Amino acid sequence: MSLPATSSDGFWSDTGKTGIASWIFSTDHKRIGLLYLYSVLGFFLVGVLLGVLLRLELMAPGRTIMGPQTYNATFTVHGVVMIFLFIIPSIPASFGNLVMPIQIGARDVAFPRLNLFSWWLYVIGAVIVLTALFTGGGPPDTGWTFYVPFSAKTGTNVSLAVLGVFVLGFSSILTGINFVTTIHRLRAEGMTWGRLPLFVWSLYATAWVQILATPIIAITLVLVFVERVVGTGLFDPSRGGDPIMFQHLFWIYSHPAVYIMILPAMGVISEIIPVFSRKPIFGYKMIAFSSLAIAAAGSVVWGHHMYTSGMSDTAILVFSFLTFIVAIPSAIKVFNWVSTLYKGSISLEAPMLFALSFVLLFSIGGLSGLVLGAAATDIHVHDTHFVVGHFHYVMFGGTGFAFFGALHYWLPKFYGRRYAEKPALVAWALMFVGFNIMYFTMQVLGIRGMPRRYYDYLPEFARLNLVATIGSWILVLGLIILLVNLFRGLFRGEAVGANPWGGATLEWSIPTPPPTENFEEDPVVTHGPYDFKGAGKP
Amino acid sequence: MTTNQAIDPVFVFILGACLVLLIGITAAMITFVIRYRRSRAPEPTSQVEGSFWLEIVWTALPTVLVLVMFYYGWSGYLALRRVPPGALKVNATARMWSWNFRYENGKSSNKLMVPVGKPVVVLLESQDVIHGFYVPAFRVKRDVVPGMKNHVWFMAPKAGSFDLFCSQYCGKGHSAMITTIEAVPEAQFNHWLNEEKEEGKEKGHKLDGAKIAQEKGCLGCHSLDGTTGAGPSFKGIYGTKVKVTRDGKPMTVTVDDAYLRESITAPGAAIVDGFQPIMPTFGDLTPDEVGALVEYIEHVK
Repeated sequence: MSLPATSSDGFWSDTGKTGIASWIFSTDHKRIGLLYLYSVLGFFLVGVLLGVLLRLELMAPGRTIMGPQTYNATFTVHGVVMIFLFIIPSIPASFGNLVMPIQIGARDVAFPRLNLFSWWLYVIGAVIVLTALFTGGGPPDTGWTFYVPFSAKTGTNVSLAVLGVFVLGFSSILTGINFVTTIHRLRAEGMTWGRLPLFVWSLYATAWVQILATPIIAITLVLVFVERVVGTGLFDPSRGGDPIMFQHLFWIYSHPAVYIMILPAMGVISEIIPVFSRKPIFGYKMIAFSSLAIAAAGSVVWGHHMYTSGMSDTAILVFSFLTFIVAIPSAIKVFNWVSTLYKGSISLEAPMLFALSFVLLFSIGGLSGLVLGAAATDIHVHDTHFVVGHFHYVMFGGTGFAFFGALHYWLPKFYGRRYAEKPALVAWALMFVGFNIMYFTMQVLGIRGMPRRYYDYLPEFARLNLVATIGSWILVLGLIILLVNLFRGLFRGEAVGANPWGGATLEWSIPTPPPTENFEEDPVVTHGPYDFKGAGKP
Repeated sequence: MTTNQAIDPVFVFILGACLVLLIGITAAMITFVIRYRRSRAPEPTSQVEGSFWLEIVWTALPTVLVLVMFYYGWSGYLALRRVPPGALKVNATARMWSWNFRYENGKSSNKLMVPVGKPVVVLLESQDVIHGFYVPAFRVKRDVVPGMKNHVWFMAPKAGSFDLFCSQYCGKGHSAMITTIEAVPEAQFNHWLNEEKEEGKEKGHKLDGAKIAQEKGCLGCHSLDGTTGAGPSFKGIYGTKVKVTRDGKPMTVTVDDAYLRESITAPGAAIVDGFQPIMPTFGDLTPDEVGALVEYIEHVK
């Protein structure tokens, strides 16, 4: 990897080991953060490629580029890769590791070696998942949800894939434990809970969900494994089992998991918007509190994935009610972000554009979630492309766009060089337009009744599917420009100083790139994270 | 009241409210970005850190709004659950990857024939994995779960043909597991319901294997033109020798009457190499129907 531009190379040079070992055996949170960053980016690109193939197949009715079995395996692997290998570790494991210890004034996380072990578990889990694609009965074709009895019956290599996800779960749990401990124990003097940057608050809420919810998916997937290998009949009604029980167990984790995915993104947005408005975040306490409220309430809404399953109407009543309750803290966040802009001094550079489009896309995704939370309307759009559009708005338009914002916002700090602004704007515009063409069209398709996970469809859906596929091309074109410009800039772009954006959180107070130990002297914090009056000029 | 009449107003209300909120948020964002852009506002003109009353307002208003949505959503859903008295009962059987509908008088069909303007309740049963009974035109959907007694009701408001999809992913043929609801005037429906059954009784006529293969969904996996589906093609298979695995041991068998009969009644006994043991058991086939199927397969050339 080429070296940054500034005279001091910071954490890039100061290490006892050399070559690849200085990375894969490093316990420096910044190096581990970058390891995660490149791992998740790699899998993101794999997921994108599979997604593009899916859209190509759906461009026209009937067979376009692949057969049904390949299509089913493709959407399964797309989901598994995107969820377990990209989006769950994406922001918390990469930027959480890179930035969080510095933001609280610490020299590293509480358990640096455990941190490295988490990354290794991630790599081992990923290798197992990838092995599952090329061995046994071929890549899994169950959908990322692994619903029984299908997943217990199919001849494809589900057993190995769930084992891989099981290992990935431990990586996530250990990162959660590490972050909770770090945030409790390693805050600098004066870094009170009320002065924690909102990104840290969001990671804190996320970490608790990781610790508490992930074991459940691990156990559930072990049950699927046992069902397949030993034939326990736990989910087989002819032997007294219950397939709906699997769905409960699966969603008890997998719904809170969407908050593992979105909360850190909300944290990123809460950092970027005040810095680029040069104004304190509006309603700091409410945003911090709403992160915790989302994490707590989000843990008891899983049943809204199961309105059509045949579970009792009383359960639907309760889950629908709780689902609407969880909408409130999300709305509070959106209102506070928008109010932060009021009477600010707004600079529309790339991180801010991604942050503002996050607010818009997350709002569309969140509002379409209300259609899914209401029992009456969910019945019609459940398991249709409406749901596919909805969660891509939240996960890709939300977390994905926040991740791109974070790449532009924080990576210059660690590389000492930055991307070029104009190509970044072009990339953003293409992605924003392509994204909406693709996923809004999917929502319309869903309202018109096109089920999801359909390899083939009736002619009445043909035109909108073509539109969505064209949207995917625009989106990918933007993405390519974004990545080329970003990484070209990081290695060969303009050099940046300690505080290119005029931020007031601690990471901007230390040299660029950060020294190995982050702080030469333990910092003493005397002001809030968004107090720009004392912060340096950009 | 039809199911559409119960559901569509809820859609209009929720989507309408969402649209108003979205326009509000977008307009505020765009206005602020234009008015307070750095070239026009080089320095922020406020350092306010929050407002207690605004937080109260924008906590309370969304709370009221979502509670109203919850209420409408729930009451609309109740309409989907209250089966009107006197609804026509139809048993639906879902299997990879076909539908079969059985009426109370024993008549069966792979299309769901219903009378216009009459409530119909469909009792859902799965023979293998989870499927989903979804009729977009009527806004109804219910999963078909093995071992569970689910039901769904609807009323066709007008005559016509309405798509019926499988909505719960069920494997290779998931997107082909579609059929139609044929809504016809009641007199025509009654005529259809009673015609063939009586005809069959009177003449004791020979069963039609081709029709059974079609209705039971055999052709969803076993093609007639030699292409490989989820199961071996019927074309020219009779009399050939195939490699199978029986009780874990590989062997070669000749596809004859006995083997076909066994494959239909106990599909898992001897699976042809290269295929998955996924064929459901067709327990509702009579021995005569099995015989007709075997005879039919014998003649697919």
